[in-house]
Amino acid sequence: MTPNPEFVQVQNLKKYFPVRKGLLQRVTDHVRAVDDVSFTVREGETLGMVGESGCGKTTVGRTMLRLVEPTDGRVIFDGQDVFRLSGASLKSMRRNMQIIFQDPYASLDPRMPIGDSVMEGLNIHNVGEPRQRFEIMLDTLKKVGLEDYHARRYPHEFSGGQRQRIGIARALALRPKFIVCDEPVSALDVSIQSQVLNILKDLQSEFGLTYLFIAHNLSVVEHISDRVAVMYLGKMVELTNRDELFSNPLHPYTRALMSAIPVPDPNLRRERIILKGDVPSPLNPPKGCRFHPRCPIAESICAQQEPEFRQASPDHWVACWKA
Amino acid sequence: MADKKLLRVEDLILYFRAGKGVVQAVDNVHFELDYNRAVVILGESGCGKSSLAKAILRLLPRNVHAYSGKIYLEDRDVMTLDEEQYRQNIRWAAMSLVPQAAMNALNPVLRVGEQVAEPAIIHMGVSKQEAMEMAAKMFQHVGVSVDFLNRYPFELSGGMRQRVAIAMALVTSPSLVILDEPTSALDVLTQANIFNVLKRLKKELGLSFILITHDIATSSELADDVAVMYAGQIVETSDAARFFEQPLHPYSQKLMASVPRLSEQRELEFIVGQPPSLVDPPTGCRFAARCPKRYEKCSEEPPVFEKDGRKVKCWLHQ
Repeated sequence: MTPNPEFVQVQNLKKYFPVRKGLLQRVTDHVRAVDDVSFTVREGETLGMVGESGCGKTTVGRTMLRLVEPTDGRVIFDGQDVFRLSGASLKSMRRNMQIIFQDPYASLDPRMPIGDSVMEGLNIHNVGEPRQRFEIMLDTLKKVGLEDYHARRYPHEFSGGQRQRIGIARALALRPKFIVCDEPVSALDVSIQSQVLNILKDLQSEFGLTYLFIAHNLSVVEHISDRVAVMYLGKMVELTNRDELFSNPLHPYTRALMSAIPVPDPNLRRERIILKGDVPSPLNPPKGCRFHPRCPIAESICAQQEPEFRQASPDHWVACWKA
Repeated sequence: MADKKLLRVEDLILYFRAGKGVVQAVDNVHFELDYNRAVVILGESGCGKSSLAKAILRLLPRNVHAYSGKIYLEDRDVMTLDEEQYRQNIRWAAMSLVPQAAMNALNPVLRVGEQVAEPAIIHMGVSKQEAMEMAAKMFQHVGVSVDFLNRYPFELSGGMRQRVAIAMALVTSPSLVILDEPTSALDVLTQANIFNVLKRLKKELGLSFILITHDIATSSELADDVAVMYAGQIVETSDAARFFEQPLHPYSQKLMASVPRLSEQRELEFIVGQPPSLVDPPTGCRFAARCPKRYEKCSEEPPVFEKDGRKVKCWLHQ
């Protein structure tokens, strides 16, 4: 079976959050968290997604799983339109797409033994007999490097790294095909980060998983991803394979991000491209290219017209007039 | 002035009383810092690095069990000063702190300009107007527009609030600034910006920094010297160039190997197990239980060995 190159298709995805004001809580405006984003995830790959906080990367991940209802657009997962499903068909779809949350301290129920947490999904989806669910749970814990006796313990008895592995086990228990990893290592110490990254890699090759890996740390993304998407203010600005992105970034925002990556070597202190100002508010994004007020190479056209997300070379998409 | 150091810390101890017993957060710490240098204190969470900052600045909580040792600032023994003298002459006047999560350390109901001016009024006794002028100057130094003096913290972005916190630490022109995880909560671009500001300040104002962080990669931007902390103790001190090239202590080596780097495809390493509890730390070398190179000798506590100006607390370097 050849991997499906269009395993998950995201088409013109939009998510606007209403802003309410006043006594009557009337909707006065919208935060355009995700504004017309399209991309595909290939079966078996890891698609990294990077951007500064507030650029909408988490919202993309959550709307794809319908944890947040989209404003517009389509997501086609393995041939099915996710946004059209409801009831039983939505539930069965959700078995195949899971998420690992950012904060391992907040994402586990403190009053539930972790074995029950991991089994929760199996119970909801009525997988096999209770005995089998228990076996699957123990087996999944083993896959992430935990032991049988851990199942009865509570989250507070575990360290951050262990909790994140429990989070992975929770996502993995239903044997999904697609997992959204939302900043899975950002809250962990470096010495533990690498362990979690290695586990994610091993599980991917064992179960043929597809990942959408959301992070703001480019070195981590580079380490784990096959392709990388860069987001800025609700838009995707560049998408290409890892080697191409890191050797030949086309978008000026990507270049600025690259130059900001710290390298643990004092002899390599480089001059960095420093962007002016802060990310503008997604409430009222700049006209034309959203990056133009901070862009070092902006021209007049950049302020007037929005650049299209176009294919610059066979495996390289970019949204920039100058690229 | 060759052997006059800006800061010398000797046998510093800070223990806390806690429900389970005594937490040995800072245990016999030695280190030195020269004028116009930056030392990075690296370590995992819970290794006592923030407590070290508090111990140096004598910002102690109520549950202190033991606090002793010697701290020389410009050859002056500051541990012998009483609280009032310390407050008047040392804290903020000679060394200041940018606290952890400085973004949230600002008072939400005061204008940021007033907050930056406040230490100057309290520690230097200048008038409010003078202090505001000094604050305006500091805003320029850290790269925040003077227009922001009259704004409230919520009107500023995370990176700007961080700069304001740095300005607050600089307004009394101390010679030493302690930065506790200054960029951990910020995006890469903002981090890069802040580090550029720090590098410039170091050059322009001749400042020294103690930078406390777990982010090895970012810290290398600023570091002249490195001290690695593990379970309340400093296990290695070295100049940055040689440290990043070849760390000596097995813990430092493991820590460096676990950092993902660009354009390098290798399996990342990680350190098995967890740091020991500081309530009842293991006897002998505290890292022994997780160390890949341990041998019989490690059940005894290693002394600090000196090697070409680098110091390492490990039997392998005997």
